[in-house]
Amino acid sequence: MATLELDGSTSQGRVPDTRPRGTAKEAARTAGRLLPLTPAIALMGVFLAGPIGYALYGSLTNAALSGYRAANPEFVGIDNYTRLLTSGDFWHAAWLTLLFVGLSAVVGQNVLGMFLAVVQNHAPKPVANVVGALVVGAWVMPEIVAAFALYAFFASDGTLNAGLEAVGLAPASWLIDTPMLAVILANVWRGTAFSMLVFNAALAEVPPEIGEAAQIDGATALQRFFRITLPMVRRAISTNMMLTTLQTLGTFTLIFVMTSGGPGNRSTTLPVLAFQEAFKLAQIGYGTAIAVVTLAVGALFAVLYVRVLKPEVD
Amino acid sequence: MQRTRFAGIAAAAAVTLSLTLAGCGSSSGSDGGDDATTISVVYQKTASFTQLDDVLTKAKSEYEAANPGMTVELKPVESEADQYFTKLALMNKSEDTAPDVIYEDSFQVRSDAAAGYLAPLDDQLSGWSDWSQFDDTAKQAGLGDDGKTYGVSLGTDTRALYYNKTLFQQAGLPTDWQPKTWDDVLAAARTIKAQVPDVTPLNIYGSKASGEATSMQGFEMLMYGTDDELYDTQSQKWETGSKGFSDSLGFYQSVFSEGLGPSQDLALDSTLGSQVSTTLIPEGKIAIAIDGSWLPGQWLSGDNAWPEWEQTMGMVPMPTQTGQAPGSTSMSGGWLLSVGQHAADKQAAFDFVATALSKENALKYGTEASQIAVRKDVATDPAYLGYNPSFEFFSSLVPVTHFRPATPDYSQISSNIQVAVESVVTGSATPAEAAATYDEALEGIVGPDNVQAAS
Repeated sequence: MATLELDGSTSQGRVPDTRPRGTAKEAARTAGRLLPLTPAIALMGVFLAGPIGYALYGSLTNAALSGYRAANPEFVGIDNYTRLLTSGDFWHAAWLTLLFVGLSAVVGQNVLGMFLAVVQNHAPKPVANVVGALVVGAWVMPEIVAAFALYAFFASDGTLNAGLEAVGLAPASWLIDTPMLAVILANVWRGTAFSMLVFNAALAEVPPEIGEAAQIDGATALQRFFRITLPMVRRAISTNMMLTTLQTLGTFTLIFVMTSGGPGNRSTTLPVLAFQEAFKLAQIGYGTAIAVVTLAVGALFAVLYVRVLKPEVD
Repeated sequence: MQRTRFAGIAAAAAVTLSLTLAGCGSSSGSDGGDDATTISVVYQKTASFTQLDDVLTKAKSEYEAANPGMTVELKPVESEADQYFTKLALMNKSEDTAPDVIYEDSFQVRSDAAAGYLAPLDDQLSGWSDWSQFDDTAKQAGLGDDGKTYGVSLGTDTRALYYNKTLFQQAGLPTDWQPKTWDDVLAAARTIKAQVPDVTPLNIYGSKASGEATSMQGFEMLMYGTDDELYDTQSQKWETGSKGFSDSLGFYQSVFSEGLGPSQDLALDSTLGSQVSTTLIPEGKIAIAIDGSWLPGQWLSGDNAWPEWEQTMGMVPMPTQTGQAPGSTSMSGGWLLSVGQHAADKQAAFDFVATALSKENALKYGTEASQIAVRKDVATDPAYLGYNPSFEFFSSLVPVTHFRPATPDYSQISSNIQVAVESVVTGSATPAEAAATYDEALEGIVGPDNVQAAS
């Protein structure tokens, strides 16, 4: 295995280091190597670690949007977290978040994205181009625009119901009766293009000879896809899975515009709950605690993917 | 090594994405007024509420003419009340964006004064000859917990039932309707539902999105007509587990489970308030509406003029639950103009407030926005009394009206009332469950020492 070192040399098959292992020299060398990284580390510290630390601290206070606790928030330890973990609303939101991420990102965007990518690879060029342009269109739209478009589509007097009525079907209040289904479909529509692009690129890298060889050995198209193509693009799948999961986990605008987390709390995922607690119920500290938990969940997902879909080098 | 690096990138990506969430809302546009020659004025403006914009525009030109070198920067926030509060609170949190003059709802005054967002005006008021014209309720409305005054009242209001006489006639109901109990109101709504199709029999605000309208025009109009109350002013404790609370939620349950209220998608729409006054009532789509005294203001003139309202709409006081004394109930609130704590020149900001609330401007606003005047010279002015035939009715509710509990916690508690109401409206909780959730949230906000079980 060839691992790239910072100085660009490869460690594979390197002759044993004969240089003297003087500790002072070694330390100087390490410092010299780290020096170019300091600006980046400093920036990360200020813009990433700083806010996280501040958010962590905020989640340990009872800061409010207005009132005495806005002027002088008190340190309350882990009260917010104990309250959170015993709150039915939180677990409900956590479940909906899981549902939203699972169905719209892990299943919806990935499967549909793969399907479209395969279709594009096999379809005639003009068809592939048109499909590509249509799908990417949804993706390049700013989130707020996409959210409004989808609201207009699913609303009671929206496009979907108009279409249903035109063909003689009964309209429904999608955003009221099936809010989760509506936002999940919306997120699939909006995010599929990204997966499609990633898989397109990955599929293009699969050497056609391997498939042809398998075909000669008598493998069917399905067998070739599941036994050869998929394993070969496994790394792309894991990367894509992780990116879509994390992006979906933080989805706020789409849900907020379409349903505001309602009716009641029937589409309130963790980001929406965090917003409501912080800015609607004015409890900044408690809302921040939810945000911190969301952050932890995201990190957990990331680690999980990396472990399960080991992207070891072949 | 590759794996750890990958995990590192993954973690960083996770963190970045979540941070966008953590940081959302912390930066809300527009500059504040550190500049001592500019007075920034933040207020609300919607499709159905443009009267304040008119008055402030007039006051701006008057003030600038009288004070050369000064600029008044009007910054209307075009949103419904609920988003307006959030936006305002976020603007107030930073010195850079905090406005100099703030259009402030009376229930937010104590809370915002406690948070240090507002400047006390006692020094300025003592030198303002017009202050003696303001009545006591108006002076009360601006008080903070510390007894100082943090705002000057623009006017007050009351709430009652509006009903459409044409629809009542179609349903065979009397056009001089006199409901004595909640059941009378529900009975009329049921008759409408049976007799007049495609009409919302009764509009009552019941969503988180409608914000304070849900608490005040909705829930509290019921709650204050029961034998219980939200807050015991004697012991200064909030009440939990009261029958009145769950009965009020029970009223909502009847309305929405029987289909007497607006459809769910309309009921949960944040623009319901504007829609009710600008289209639904004028188009005869609502038979009965519990709403505020300011509604006729926009029907008298302007974009939403509806001259027929006088013949079409009847007004009647909201009855108490079972007709218990005094027979009817109402809620009063009102808005104020306050000066921000971070205003560079507080005297200048106050001078602008004084200009905007001069007798002439207060009369203009009081009539056009259909306010119950709080300046004695306006309230007795024939131009005010003759302007709007509904003034007499709504002023007559003053003896039975209630004010919201004046504590800094009220705004947070009110939000939890909205949560309870919406959970009943959407059928996700029974009144008893919703009331229990409220009690729990209430105790979380004010602490166990500040609640008491209702007797």
